[in-house]
Amino acid sequence: MTTTSTSRPSTPVVEPILRLRGIGKEFFGNSVLRGIDLDVRPGEVHALVGENGAGKSTLMKIIAGVHRPDAGTMTLDDAPATFTSPLAAQVVGVSTVFQEFNLLPERTVAENVYLGREPRRFGLVDAARMDRDTSELLTELGLVGISPWMRVGSLSVAEQQIVEIVKAVSYDARIISMDEPTAALADQEVELLYELVRRLKERGVAILYVSHRLKEIFDLCDTITVLKDGNQVITTATADITPDQLVRTMVGREFSGYFPEKDPTTVPGEVRLALQGVGNTQVDDVTLEVRSGEIVALAGLQGSGRTEIAHGIFGIAPFSRGRVLIDGTEHTLTSARQAVRAGLALVTEDRKAEGLALGQSILANARLVLDSVTPRTSGSRARRIPGILSSLDLVARSAETEVQYLSGGNQQKVVLAKWLVTDPDVIVLDEPTRGIDVGAKRAVYDLMRELTADGVAVLLISSELPEVVAMADRILVMRDGRLAGELPAGSDEETVMSLATGAGEESAEHVAVDLSVLAEHPEALAALPGASDAAHRPGGQPADRPVQQEER
Amino acid sequence: MSTAVTTAPPAAGAPPSSVRRRRRLGSTGIVYLALVGILLISVVLVGLRGGNFFSQSTVAYMLTQTSLLGFVAIGQTFVILCRSLDLSVGYVVALCSIVGATTMAGDPNRVWLGVVAALAVAAGVGLVNGLVISRLRVNPFIATLGVGLIIKGYLDTQFKGPAGSVPASFQGFGYTRIGPVPVSTIVMVAVAVLGVVLLTRTRSGYHMFAVGGNVDVARLSGIRTGRSIVLAHVLCSLCAGVAGLLIAARFSTGNALVYSYGLDLDSIAAVVLGGTLLLGGRGSVAGTVGGVAILAVLDTTFNVLDINPFFKDVLRGAIIIAAVALYARRQIDPASSRARFLPGRRAAPSAPTGTSGPATGGASA
Repeated sequence: MTTTSTSRPSTPVVEPILRLRGIGKEFFGNSVLRGIDLDVRPGEVHALVGENGAGKSTLMKIIAGVHRPDAGTMTLDDAPATFTSPLAAQVVGVSTVFQEFNLLPERTVAENVYLGREPRRFGLVDAARMDRDTSELLTELGLVGISPWMRVGSLSVAEQQIVEIVKAVSYDARIISMDEPTAALADQEVELLYELVRRLKERGVAILYVSHRLKEIFDLCDTITVLKDGNQVITTATADITPDQLVRTMVGREFSGYFPEKDPTTVPGEVRLALQGVGNTQVDDVTLEVRSGEIVALAGLQGSGRTEIAHGIFGIAPFSRGRVLIDGTEHTLTSARQAVRAGLALVTEDRKAEGLALGQSILANARLVLDSVTPRTSGSRARRIPGILSSLDLVARSAETEVQYLSGGNQQKVVLAKWLVTDPDVIVLDEPTRGIDVGAKRAVYDLMRELTADGVAVLLISSELPEVVAMADRILVMRDGRLAGELPAGSDEETVMSLATGAGEESAEHVAVDLSVLAEHPEALAALPGASDAAHRPGGQPADRPVQQEER
Repeated sequence: MSTAVTTAPPAAGAPPSSVRRRRRLGSTGIVYLALVGILLISVVLVGLRGGNFFSQSTVAYMLTQTSLLGFVAIGQTFVILCRSLDLSVGYVVALCSIVGATTMAGDPNRVWLGVVAALAVAAGVGLVNGLVISRLRVNPFIATLGVGLIIKGYLDTQFKGPAGSVPASFQGFGYTRIGPVPVSTIVMVAVAVLGVVLLTRTRSGYHMFAVGGNVDVARLSGIRTGRSIVLAHVLCSLCAGVAGLLIAARFSTGNALVYSYGLDLDSIAAVVLGGTLLLGGRGSVAGTVGGVAILAVLDTTFNVLDINPFFKDVLRGAIIIAAVALYARRQIDPASSRARFLPGRRAAPSAPTGTSGPATGGASA
């Protein structure tokens, strides 16, 4: 494996503060990062992009001092650097703002910023100086809406994020990494963050910016590094790449899976589930239909509101507006219990926390819904459980085995069995193949085909683009809590990704046109080099790539 | 022109903070408001019976009630702030009353020796509690219950009845009053002031809030979290030790059976009634003193009105539950929820630039 140094002629030569060379990381024998070279320069905003699971988070955690790399070297100011903890990294000027906040909501802004190093005077904490210093920092960064004495818990999410950044600046951070800083922000809040990032840049701070949102990346970032399957695909100046080129480098991850063909006799029938303009605090104006025998995929980035749709349908966080129709009848579901009674099933995203009683047996888990919702018939219905379990190829010593000792795949089969015995008309699968092995994935796909053949309506929520593209009859893409568009079966991953990230900033019609052009040119994808650890600039792309940018 | 729409100039800090700047009544404020309310009701009720709530004897009784529970509850505040708990305080009070009284052995010259011995034993117990919790990672509930049971076993086998004797000079700590105010209350207030200073003016205090608020955040900020927990437990036991000395001064002897007074749970009730979060991270000693005072006012009123003891406990229980339920309601802070759209019945308006069509709303610049 040769390591080519990243030559970047387009940028004036500023010596990097932090250099990563050949960084690799393994978890339990699985290689998640290989040969990453990264130069972080002062006053530069460096975007780190890639699909879910591409390795961005791991790379950030290595830089933050959370993980130690298994291969390669890091140098800070030309001296070898090993960060033993996030605090150690922070003290030498490398701060990270994670998605989950490291703040104390009950304490004030100043107390949070100076936590663990409160200034003292005559042995007592000098609260006045703490407030004053925080106030100065806030003014310097142009933040007028926040005062040092405000309780952090009373601030908005954006403001809390800003407090985190202010904390980093107070450590004299020279490098600040931000992990999807806008993921939880509303549009007008994003402006605040933009402004702050620009000011930090002016101060010569290097910023490592992880985001899925292409608009932000092109607005803010100077350099882009794309990761895919743990490899560095390219590192390029933002000016040298277009949004759709970027999308193309991100997608097309290797997917070790097998997708069962659709049975041609399975055709969509009656509308089983219909949402008409539903919304609550997390999603807005969503209209969709799922027919019997149909698989509808709900794609989108994490945090785009897909799971919230599932929770809304299932009555966990009910919609506050719009109508939900099940088999043509309007329902107002305000609890999961009512949802089950109405013939719905929901395989939740986090099977350990929400799907299983880990300390109980397979059988007890499989009976969970039956016993609690339909106790009268559960005895007779439960007799089908062994049959269902074996049809899912569940591997376990006995039905009395506690589910905590099963593999992820087998655990997921127990969750599926739990719902199958209730004979649902509509089943919502939220990330059904996350963290399970190839064999179990295949079982899930086979099951989806069988269910549709039996006339069940399937709503599939997934971040695995290959899965979405191969399994769905129709693909709905969500962005920022709203539907961004609908794509037919057989659309390619790139089009889905473009919609989800907002690569096309024009109106939906334009995107749809562009996407159809893209779909006709699959060779554009093939023209890309395979995953390689060498930095690469896609300067010479085929000219037939869709001219989506014309409008802009 | 491939440049995307540039962002508008500093709309930074757009939501004006005036709404938030309005100082909300803090938890401690509410506690004292409740105290005043309960006091008013008591005065009226006692007045209707033809009594005077502010008679010297009633006030003295009330203040005497406060000091014993006050010491224990102030100590309990530190540990609860750190998201810990101390169920051994009752046994520590009993143990220290005996250690103090037996060390003094009726000799006025040995008073200070007795005080130091009692406090040293208390600090030792606190150290053990703190280390078992922070080092052995035993749940505080179990750790302090276990330590408490060990002390109980020792007391039950070694001291069947009163032990030791307290010289007259030290009994003054239990009985002397300046006007209607007992010396023990003055000492309690002094301890409370020290507690307030510790929590609001020292790094140790700041770090206790951090440890109780989120132990990972505290650790990531370089705080030695174990130390904060140990310190809190030592302080808690020391306060219980002072309470033990007060018992010895009042009874003029040490008494093992004091542990059956229920000081452990009463102190937790007082702390929670004082607005401190049982899950740690928020609270104050001033609030705790208010909580103790509320309980004392209730007890005094019940006594003066001669209320049946069963009904008395029912009322106390109901009031504590009601108070905590009230605090819990206040903690739901709408400002910090991550709402993306308005929750209302009508669809939320899309972004100000107002691109037509619902599908594009979220993407507008």
